[in-house]
Amino acid sequence: MLDALTFAVAAAALVLAAWCGYAAYRDQPTKDWHFIGMAVVSVLALVQMVIGFVQLGRGERPEQGTAVFVAYLIGAFAAVPAAGVLSLSERTRWGSVTVAAGAVVLAVLEVRLYDIWGG
Amino acid sequence: MTAAEEKPTYQLGTGPGQVLVWFYGVFTVAAASRSIVQMIMDYGKAPLAYTLSALAAVVYGFITYSLVRGGEKARRAALVCCAAELVFVLVVGTWTLADPSAFPDATVWSDYGMGYLFIPVILPVLGMLWLRKAKR
Repeated sequence: MLDALTFAVAAAALVLAAWCGYAAYRDQPTKDWHFIGMAVVSVLALVQMVIGFVQLGRGERPEQGTAVFVAYLIGAFAAVPAAGVLSLSERTRWGSVTVAAGAVVLAVLEVRLYDIWGG
Repeated sequence: MTAAEEKPTYQLGTGPGQVLVWFYGVFTVAAASRSIVQMIMDYGKAPLAYTLSALAAVVYGFITYSLVRGGEKARRAALVCCAAELVFVLVVGTWTLADPSAFPDATVWSDYGMGYLFIPVILPVLGMLWLRKAKR
């Protein structure tokens, strides 16, 4: 369950990165549709965080330590919203670059989460 | 305060600078949480590596703050920190390769930041380019 979500979040993050990267390429700021995309990715990351905590609560233990796992879960959840807030104050293509960078960071975090859980 | 009233201070954290703010922010959090978790769990395992990670967090944090703050003073301070950061990455990167036994565990700057997609070595270069350009 957690692995499937990790893949889903990573894939969604890469799509968001490509989408916002395209907006930056076309010299456009992030728009409403991009924020809806960010919301979708953030909700997926939130679900992942909740399920991660539930699995911890059931006594399952990540391979590389609980503290590291929790830190990465929180980081993964916060990445895209934080980049989205930043892009609100930057109504140029660079706001789009920031969100694309945020989504790439999320994808990298998902790869690390997969390793930490021991998939 | 008076300096801000006399002449308008310029922004460092807008445009391309915002992307830098984002990456420096991410690396502040990454380095800080990494060193905190590792120091709490087992400081004795690799004290040098963990201390260097904590130092990295401080440097990243200060650059992030300077970029957000803006103005000539912050620009100069950030420039110095970016240069110091580049020197640290190169020195620590070489050190980890030359004497791996000193580093039982990795730091943010190990192997020139390879574990972080070499961003630690790219970031200060981009930072310095931007800070030079931002002066206009």
